Amino acid sequence: MIIYSLRRFASLCVTLAAASLFIFSVMEILPGDPAQLILGINAQTDTLAALREQLGLNLPLVTRYWHWIVGMLQGDFGVSYTYSVPVTELIGERLTISLPLALMALALSTLIALPLGILAASTHGRWPDVSLIGATQIGIAIPNFWFAMLLVLVFAVTLHWFPSGGFPGWSEGAGPALKALLLPAIALALPQASILVRIMRSSMLEVLHEDYMRTARAKGLNLRQTLARHGLRNALIPVITIMGLQFSFLLAGTVIIENVFSLPGLGRLVFQAINQRDLITVKAIIMLLVATVIFVNFLVDITYALIDPRLHRRQMS
Amino acid sequence: MTRPHLFSTDAHKYRSFLAKGMHSPSFVIGGIITLFFIAMALTSFVWTPHDALSVNIAERLKPISASHWLGTDHYGHDLFSMIMLGARNSIAVALVAVGIGAGLGVPLGSWAAAKGGWLDEAIMRMGDFIFAFPAIISAIMITALAGPGAINAIVAIGIFNIPVFARLARGAALSLWTREFILAARLSGKGSVRITIEHILPNIANLLIVQGTIQFSLGILAEAGLSYVGLGTQPPMPSWGKMLAEAQTWLMMAPQLAIIPGMAIILTVLGLNLLGDGLRDMLDPKVRSSLDIGGSKAS
Repeated sequence: MIIYSLRRFASLCVTLAAASLFIFSVMEILPGDPAQLILGINAQTDTLAALREQLGLNLPLVTRYWHWIVGMLQGDFGVSYTYSVPVTELIGERLTISLPLALMALALSTLIALPLGILAASTHGRWPDVSLIGATQIGIAIPNFWFAMLLVLVFAVTLHWFPSGGFPGWSEGAGPALKALLLPAIALALPQASILVRIMRSSMLEVLHEDYMRTARAKGLNLRQTLARHGLRNALIPVITIMGLQFSFLLAGTVIIENVFSLPGLGRLVFQAINQRDLITVKAIIMLLVATVIFVNFLVDITYALIDPRLHRRQMS
Repeated sequence: MTRPHLFSTDAHKYRSFLAKGMHSPSFVIGGIITLFFIAMALTSFVWTPHDALSVNIAERLKPISASHWLGTDHYGHDLFSMIMLGARNSIAVALVAVGIGAGLGVPLGSWAAAKGGWLDEAIMRMGDFIFAFPAIISAIMITALAGPGAINAIVAIGIFNIPVFARLARGAALSLWTREFILAARLSGKGSVRITIEHILPNIANLLIVQGTIQFSLGILAEAGLSYVGLGTQPPMPSWGKMLAEAQTWLMMAPQLAIIPGMAIILTVLGLNLLGDGLRDMLDPKVRSSLDIGGSKAS
């Protein structure tokens, strides 16, 4: 297991390095002159020269890349061109909204999907199963930002139970902050939960027909005990893989949903940065999002191997 | 593996495949919905009930009527005409994105399966790498450099589709390369490119078609999301995502402006997903054999 984890960690480092090189190349080499891109075509020559100096664009490419990587490893993403504050500070501030939102959505989708998936599998072919399959088919087709708008219309505009947007800040207490994040989290969780119900259902159905499940029943365990001791653990393997893949969609969804609810998270920051041509901030946020996706996939692989020891044995051999 | 009915040269088998499809509710309902929106998109090239781009403030926020089948928006645009033009955009973006994904992914995946070794490993690792860049992140990168536009959406969604098709093609092709009919083709002197074109691709086409419908529906959702945040289709061209973004301001006064484009997206995606489900059931050998049994009983 340790060798498998180390191998996966090495692969994680290589992928992260490749991603950083790719993002650096696209954001700093392809545009030609980033200073020109930031200041626009009408910029004065001396202003351009000053910005080039400030951004370190006069240094060789390899040195710039090295500085960027070393800076990031030390938590220094550079200084935002428009806000004139360290990008780390900006991102840190916005992450206090985006991260809890993504985690709330993940928790909600898991809490909804797993019991419903098990229910559908255990009532296979009967009305709860059929109606759940129909509902998930529609859930998958609903764009999360549209669902978010409907939630606002019903629960904020009509019933006044929740705020229609904005974020009061954590300083106002966890209650109002979580209340502001609940509707966006539900909107994000719905399509993911619909996919997860279907995966959980089909995985559970497969497991229910396995020989070891029959053996467990033959030994005298009832269905609930059999599922708890043998079924769930095995059925969860594909579900965890999908959850890992879903995290990248959740992050992407967060970027969009924050715009529906005017939440000042990472998504809003990146769009403001694009409009203000703040390439340093855009580059840092992209790197952060990509690194998160890569890191979550790494965690999924490790969890996968922990749940199913055959996997890393097979890979080692 | 038996040769898929769909690609048989036998016209009778092709007709019987379609006849079986008529017994699959998913295939029928999904097919009808999909065809409806495709027809709507194609019709918009030659006809729309009103000029979807002209502003007519006197006609703003009109309810559903014989003149405006779905009412009008806050600029007096006819909503039905805008939905027709939006269908054209959404379908075009998603279709080209699937084309990019399949056009690059399938040859890469087939090449990886045919050659194996380091090339296979390299192509698959490249796929893992691309998976770390969801469409919205690619679109943000492209927009930061080149400005927003429908092309961004196509490229961003298309790039993400490449590893999806590459993995699928590779996985399916790998199992075929060990089969006797491929060995026979090799013994007859055919090269790996010719074997891939003549034997591998026709046999994995069914899987690719099913995946194509799934990626198509995901592409429509992604395009709507990108247009909603302003990274996709740009004014004055209507798109469903952009219509929703504009409707948000009018949510209290005219909720139908948000509900109608949303329903168009849901129905299109639902139609494509049902069509994909139906096709998978019909093309999956296990399910197909049960359909065969059902078909013979019915006849």
